[in-house]
Amino acid sequence: MLHTINKSPFEKDSLKTCLRYAEKGSSVLFIEDAVYACTKGTIFEKQISDNHGNISFYVLGPDLEARGLDNSNLTNNIEIIDYKGFVKLVADNEKTQNWL
Amino acid sequence: MKFGVLINEGPYQHQASDTAYKFIEAAIEEGHEIFRVFFYHDGVNNGTRLATPPQDDRHIPNRWTELAEKHDLDLVLCVAAAQRRGMVDEDEMKRNSKDANNIAGKFRISGLGQLIEAGIQADRMITFGD
Repeated sequence: MLHTINKSPFEKDSLKTCLRYAEKGSSVLFIEDAVYACTKGTIFEKQISDNHGNISFYVLGPDLEARGLDNSNLTNNIEIIDYKGFVKLVADNEKTQNWL
Repeated sequence: MKFGVLINEGPYQHQASDTAYKFIEAAIEEGHEIFRVFFYHDGVNNGTRLATPPQDDRHIPNRWTELAEKHDLDLVLCVAAAQRRGMVDEDEMKRNSKDANNIAGKFRISGLGQLIEAGIQADRMITFGD
């Protein structure tokens, strides 16, 4: 199952809620303001790295770039993808849960 | 694969309308079919033909119309959400005795059943919004 998150974890609790429900083997994609969850050194870094192995994390590259972020700012184990990668994730997962 | 898309956010609000547009563009490029784009809640504001954004900004409603013309997309505004927000096509104009209509090209107004049908017919359903 694919989960998408589109708001900053500093603004909304959707990342927290998502990680509570996401099962082993699922994917989480950060888009829009949620890309801030991927930055190094925040309190969310541990939550993401603790789940690595159970959950695959992705971030939408164009939304990172739009906010002046890149690979050097990212928490480990998050894969940067483009819109085509986004489409592929949706196609590859039978269900998508968009945490709004 | 058939995709159904639900958009719950208006244009120029945050980013959902833009993300949805880019997603649909990429899905078509990858050879997928867009079964329907359903605009709900403030999302119906994507379908006005009266918007005049600054010239150096993207024109979100026109962009939808152009994409729909190019790929024959089915762009549906929820009727109840549209009525609340003053989104009117010719039929609604007559039905509710209004003096104007404002729906952009290639959009149509219909009911929630269209969203349910998209959920049934499409292989994948994805939501963009706040």
